[in-house]
Amino acid sequence: MEPILEVKNLTKIFQKRGKKDFVAVDHVSFQLFPGEILGVVGESGSGKSTVAKLVTRLIDATEGTIAVNGRDITHAKGAALRDIYVDMQMVFQNPAGSFDPRRTLGDGISESLKNHGVSKEERRKRVVGLLERCGLSKEFADRYPYEVSGGQCQRAAIARALAIGPKILICDEATSALDVTVQKQILELLQFLQKADGLSYIFICHNLALVQMFCDRVLVLYDGKVVESGTPDKVILSPQSEYTRCLVDAVL
Amino acid sequence: MSKAVTVRAQKLRRDNTKLRLYIFLALVAALLLAALFSMRLAPYDPYLQNLDKAMQPPSASHIMGTDHHGRDMFSRVLVGGRTSIFATLALVAAISVFGTLVGTLCGYYGGRVDSVVMRISDICLAFPGLVFAMAVAALLNGGIGNAVLALAVVSWPKYSRVARGQTLAIKAGDFISAAKLAGSSSAQVIIRHILPNILGPILVTAMLDIGTMMMELAGLSFLGLGAVPPTAEWGNMMSSGRSMLQMYPWVVLSPGIGIFITVVLFNLLGDTVRDYMDPRNSRSG
Ligand SMILES: Nc1ncnc2c1ncn2[C@@H]1O[C@H](COP(=O)(O)OP(=O)(O)OP(=O)(O)O)[C@@H](O)[C@H]1O
Ligand SMILES: [Mg+2]
Repeated sequence: MEPILEVKNLTKIFQKRGKKDFVAVDHVSFQLFPGEILGVVGESGSGKSTVAKLVTRLIDATEGTIAVNGRDITHAKGAALRDIYVDMQMVFQNPAGSFDPRRTLGDGISESLKNHGVSKEERRKRVVGLLERCGLSKEFADRYPYEVSGGQCQRAAIARALAIGPKILICDEATSALDVTVQKQILELLQFLQKADGLSYIFICHNLALVQMFCDRVLVLYDGKVVESGTPDKVILSPQSEYTRCLVDAVL
Repeated sequence: MSKAVTVRAQKLRRDNTKLRLYIFLALVAALLLAALFSMRLAPYDPYLQNLDKAMQPPSASHIMGTDHHGRDMFSRVLVGGRTSIFATLALVAAISVFGTLVGTLCGYYGGRVDSVVMRISDICLAFPGLVFAMAVAALLNGGIGNAVLALAVVSWPKYSRVARGQTLAIKAGDFISAAKLAGSSSAQVIIRHILPNILGPILVTAMLDIGTMMMELAGLSFLGLGAVPPTAEWGNMMSSGRSMLQMYPWVVLSPGIGIFITVVLFNLLGDTVRDYMDPRNSRSG
């Protein structure tokens, strides 16, 4: 089977004037197959969010290549890049900050539809459908980001990511800020969507137990490098690297 | 202090700000209307000379007295206000729009153009504005239009500074990334998400700038680099009366009062708008 997303030797070096260069992501390679859930774990600062931003081209890679459906997007710009975003969407780590404070959630959710020329009535209809799918009533379309709870905002953020009908969804700690019951609901929603629409996920997370339950395959990041990869059971039961062993010991 | 008391105090302050905002808006509106219809409101023809009545002190028939040509000062202050106020408003509108556009584009795209433009604005900001404007105005040969142009040339950078700083802060936000992921082009991101979010600080800067710009414009006219007599304008009215200050102080004080009232009023409005936009005065509730 062809991978839907293929990343090779992805590297990001942050350069700051007067400071030493900082290697946030160091030669990371992985593949994501259609319908697969790939977990990415690692401690805070290990480069998970940076990988997500690199893959979505929100920041430019220092080195390496990114290919979606076999098409190299490492240097895509403008309209070509916007085309990619039809297939690839992301849910941000901080849901409240990912909505424009001056616009309603409905505006945010329908922005991609607007950009693709969907009419106003049709947008309104689809937003209601998306909200319902994510477990929110239609009143939320007219709320502002500061008028909803963190969990509600997270659901709205998922609704927005799904609006354009992507094939790849990158969830950057999409559930970390939520309490356990809401977390479970969101996971169930994501699982449901995977079955219904055949989505592939990159599921960034620092909770090993969640990864074991939810993911098909897992990458362990440490200091910007992939130190371990494989099925969650293999990684957890027979960890190969020192760091993974620490991670597992800490949980069990 | 208990929470309820804090909340009530906040609400009171908010209501207070809102009331102040309405009062100052009404006063400014009245001022603008007076300036707009000054020709009709003026009790006398501001340009009609009557040497029999020259240099009369304030009285019931001439509440601000008359000048050395016997013209009614009150009528001249009213009509002069129209020139001063609308020239200032045009100036501030032009530089705030231009400066904001330049600053936003520089902040959003960065790169070499940004560095060059920001160095230029550093240079403009390093000189005392009025001195620089005097040089430019002298180069352009006077006239109110040229005075406005001269001040515009040296005054837009403060807006581009504010806009650039705000844009840099906002563009780092996740909601800008989200808009890009939604397939919005750079122009769409700027128009939909950046400009609306930086409008508040720009508006406050502009409001507080009206007073300064009015003084500087009057200053240029005072020096003979702005509106030319006989056109009534506050700066040149003060200038032509300055030799009579000791004997006939009303000739200078009357336009001075006009400038004073207008500057204070716009500054108060600016302060109030800033308080009103303060995020601590949350919009909900
Ligand atoms: N723009 C930047 N400039 C410089 N350094 C950065 C920048 N963005 C991230 N970093 C650094 O890169 C490293 C990885 O950051 P990243 O946000 O990817 O971590 P993370 O794995 O997502 O952590 P968390 O679990 O806390 O979200 C951190 O040490 C961070 O300080
Ligand atoms: Mg992160």
